[in-house]
Amino acid sequence: MNTKSATISKGIDWSLVCIYIILCLIGIMSIFAATFQEKEGFSTFQTAMQGFISLKTDYSRQALYFIIASFLGVFILLTDSKFFTATANLWYLFGILLLLLVFPLHTRVKGTESIIKFGSFNLQPAELCKVFVCLALAKYLSRVETEFAKPRSQFIASAIVVIPAFITILQSETGLALVYFSFFIVMFREGLPPFYLILGFLFGALVVATLLIEKNSLALILTGMAVLAVYFLRRQIRRRRSVFFLVLFLWAGCVTVQRFVVPFIFEHVLKPYQVQRIYATVGKDFPLDPTKTSDEDLREMEKKKQASVYNVKQSKIAIGSGGFFGKGLLKGTQTRYDFVPEQRTDFIFCTIGEGFGFFGSMIFLSIYLLLLLRIVTIAERQRSVFSRAYSYGVASVMFFHIIINVCMTIGLAPVIGIPLPFVSYGGTSLITFSVLLFILIRIDAARQMVLR
Amino acid sequence: MPVFNQSRSTIIRLIFIGLFFIIILQLFNLQVISSKYSELARENALFPKRVYPTRGIIYDRKSRAILDNTIMYDLMVIPAEVKNMDTLEFCQLLEMDTAEFKARIVSAIIKNTRVRPSIFEDLLAPAMHSRLEENLWKYKGFYLQDRPVRTYPFNAAAHIMGYIGEVDSAILKRSGYFYQLGDYVGRSGLEQAYEPILMGQRGIQYWIKDNKNRLVSRYENGKFDTPAIAGRNLRTFVDIEVQQLAEKLLSSKIGAIVAIQPKTGGIIAMASSPDYNPNDLTGPDKQKNYAGLVLDVSRPLFNRAIKGQYPVGSTYKPLGALIALDEGIINERSGYDCHGVYLGCARPVKCTENWAGHAANLRLAIAHSCNSFFSNTFRLTVDNPAFHSARKGLTKWKEYANAFGLGHRTGIDLPSEDGGNIPDTTQYDKEYRGSWNSCTMVTLGIGQDKMTVTPLQIANSICIVANKGYFYTPHFVEKVDGETTRDSLLDKFRQKHEVLTHISDETYETVISGMQDVVDQGTAMIAKIPGINICAKTGTAENKTVIDRRVIQLKDHSLFVCFAPRENPQIAVAVIVENAGFGATWAAPMGSLIVEKYLNDTLRTERLAEVDRIATANLMPDFLGRLQFIADSSRAEEWLRISHDSSRIRKFLNKQYRPYVPPPTRKKKTPAQPDKKDFPLGAILPDRKNLVKRNIG
Repeated sequence: MNTKSATISKGIDWSLVCIYIILCLIGIMSIFAATFQEKEGFSTFQTAMQGFISLKTDYSRQALYFIIASFLGVFILLTDSKFFTATANLWYLFGILLLLLVFPLHTRVKGTESIIKFGSFNLQPAELCKVFVCLALAKYLSRVETEFAKPRSQFIASAIVVIPAFITILQSETGLALVYFSFFIVMFREGLPPFYLILGFLFGALVVATLLIEKNSLALILTGMAVLAVYFLRRQIRRRRSVFFLVLFLWAGCVTVQRFVVPFIFEHVLKPYQVQRIYATVGKDFPLDPTKTSDEDLREMEKKKQASVYNVKQSKIAIGSGGFFGKGLLKGTQTRYDFVPEQRTDFIFCTIGEGFGFFGSMIFLSIYLLLLLRIVTIAERQRSVFSRAYSYGVASVMFFHIIINVCMTIGLAPVIGIPLPFVSYGGTSLITFSVLLFILIRIDAARQMVLR
Repeated sequence: MPVFNQSRSTIIRLIFIGLFFIIILQLFNLQVISSKYSELARENALFPKRVYPTRGIIYDRKSRAILDNTIMYDLMVIPAEVKNMDTLEFCQLLEMDTAEFKARIVSAIIKNTRVRPSIFEDLLAPAMHSRLEENLWKYKGFYLQDRPVRTYPFNAAAHIMGYIGEVDSAILKRSGYFYQLGDYVGRSGLEQAYEPILMGQRGIQYWIKDNKNRLVSRYENGKFDTPAIAGRNLRTFVDIEVQQLAEKLLSSKIGAIVAIQPKTGGIIAMASSPDYNPNDLTGPDKQKNYAGLVLDVSRPLFNRAIKGQYPVGSTYKPLGALIALDEGIINERSGYDCHGVYLGCARPVKCTENWAGHAANLRLAIAHSCNSFFSNTFRLTVDNPAFHSARKGLTKWKEYANAFGLGHRTGIDLPSEDGGNIPDTTQYDKEYRGSWNSCTMVTLGIGQDKMTVTPLQIANSICIVANKGYFYTPHFVEKVDGETTRDSLLDKFRQKHEVLTHISDETYETVISGMQDVVDQGTAMIAKIPGINICAKTGTAENKTVIDRRVIQLKDHSLFVCFAPRENPQIAVAVIVENAGFGATWAAPMGSLIVEKYLNDTLRTERLAEVDRIATANLMPDFLGRLQFIADSSRAEEWLRISHDSSRIRKFLNKQYRPYVPPPTRKKKTPAQPDKKDFPLGAILPDRKNLVKRNIG
């Protein structure tokens, strides 16, 4: 017994485990604070205990998921670390298969088409697939024959990431699909030229500018910028003609994106309500084209707009009313009386913001930041590419989830339904992130052995 | 192994830290810098619920509650919780049909949504309440909510107590928006006059509401709540039994009775007839009942005791005698050789007595109410040789009359009192273009002409006589429970007004003796009570009204004033019965009964028959039927004009429905069709403007 536990615990990074447990407990507490309801004739403690025992309340269920996830974690720690390297590609194929199985088998729940129902258990392959993509990407990058400096390898790596994202978009889960793009951080670490990331960033800036600025004036501004660039680069241009063509090409690209690509994406790729949310985040009204949108669409959009604007507003009120030290556990008026919809899942941060104020939120976010930085540190101490790439994958996915989720509740990002790792209510999400983390811990524990 | 990418880990770390920093900045902005969010959250979730205290109780002088609080029940419904119920049975309990049931549920949902409670039926009748209470467990979503309601245990003193009603916009504005829509305030009577004391202090409870505006729980266990402080009780001078007797005596008559304690100004009873059952304006049917009362031309809501303008008649005579005696124009031996008519002026003034010597001296003249004597006395007062001017004489007389509390409001603790009228020189100048003399207004001496008073004023003036010169402003409330120095409301009623104490006691004694003779041997022997010396004066006042554009002389008003006992006056009473004839016939026995009831606390058995005789006599004037017809038909016509709906006017066009009105005194036939453009009504009736206004409302 002793020797066995010694072998399990050997090399395990306990700081990660501690942070994991703390975050899960904070999650259960927040869900408790958001959904707890007093019963007459019982003290708060009695009612809370009854709730835990009955397993009918959300917080008791989350506690149960936590226990299941912990068992799964221990199970992962017991497996051989080489198992994950060996089976990564198989898992990836399994994940893609699951994703494809969604199309014939899905059940329509709350507007998403990405869930397969097994009795009372909802399986969301898009959520689970993150683990597999992370493994597969690490596997590909760690192959001896991969030369990541070559565009071909870069293309294949991107394809590994983008294919499941594309399938997820087809399942009306744009939010989850966006998560996959966080894997580009891993590729960046492994040598993807920063040019691509900068290009991506520029594209994002251009999209926002397109939303904010009237299209003709934006075109004029872009032209002005191009003219200025030509003016300032006139010496280089005299020396090398290609610089001029580069500027010209960039200008043409920008204008194309601004005039044609963005409208195309908004009209044909995204759902009207998603466009609406994006517009709401930058603080503008969605310019409607009454000739192209049907009455039903309009009504649907109006409803969704109301809902998303209301959500963000109430969430901001909840967080803002917390003040510096917060109102205390179970004292939040906003979060306890259902003003914030979805507050146990996507808007769970409101409960923390209202109950514990700026001070509590700072501590909470610090824990997350600590987790991320710890994972990056762990990644950097790995001796194999697979381990490092996998670790970065975990860090990137979690980072994306945390940033987008928190920004969404404080009105900095459009409302995309993605959960807060370890904290939001939901079995699939908790188990997925636990698996991600425990594989990391397992691989890290074996970092010395790889050389053997 | 691309080792050269090592530096990129730093970049990634920086990206992580940078974005977290942005989030922290925004959090700092939301939570620490901006304060609007906590206010928004309060607005979102906190509901300051007003808690209304119970209103104060009004007691009579023997601590019997005249105006009390009781609990009635509203049937509430939360539509979302209503399910699986036997609608038919429920409807039978409530005595309504299922269509009505559905309509009410729908309107509840429209008003307050499915999840919030709405009133399904308000102020349940006691029988229905007990029936429902037994069966309510069967019906989910329905419950009873108690509501405090005012109740008048004696069904009496409606005009004194007044009623409460919802605030209107004028009250809201006047109160500086202290009140809110839906609040109940005193709308008349003591309820209005003592509103600040009776209402108590409203409390506030902070409740937490949820996203559907349902009240969920108390905020911080009521730490920030202000408790409601119950309204304070009023102790009045009213003797509810005397009040009930007064109201009983006046039933089926138009008139008023006022009884005052002369030594304190406390009002023992104040009845105005026709009146109404005050409980009609509290229960479930109050709107309907109120509408009925407003549309009645006999005006049951009108408090004649403080608003009725009557000719004072012969009850003025003791005052006239006092004025003349004080001015030294007559003395107690003065007499007048009257043979049934006063011929001192061009227009003869008739006197009811014609036997020689009925006005041989002042006491006899008062006892037999000699018109000639007092016409003469008044003329002498106006033509006082000391002034050499009728103008100055009349002004002097007016000063006296005003000192007796006539011609201006007494300042009683009831709202909307009227002041009556004591004519002055300008009024006669205007009417007679400056050329008038004492003969022009000679009938002022017998309380006619342009002099009008309210019953309260007559009673008050008799108090001054009984007190030999001083009075306290008539009022109901003796004290407020828990009174402090900050309650200044009662101060003015505790102030002695020594208006006519300069008249000597002997002078008063002379007149008071004459008033005692009125009962002992004069016009009001019917009012005699064995063992009590009553000083009284009857009055019979001529009056007219205008119906269908014709002035009609109506039957005389019957008046009576008295105080008793003579030695130590405990009660002063003024009675007026409209169009009832001689003062001695109706008013005098009423006054006497009131005095006896108050002083002896009970009535002799043989007097009970007298009470019944008076109470059952119907003295409602005939012309009311005609007035009602005019009012109703003009209202119907107004309705036709506004809505082009002829259904209401139709029955008035059918001649069969026209009520027969006996021609009052003169013989002209009433015109076939009421003149719709102009129908001046009598002095005691609302003028056209008011009537039309009410029609529209």
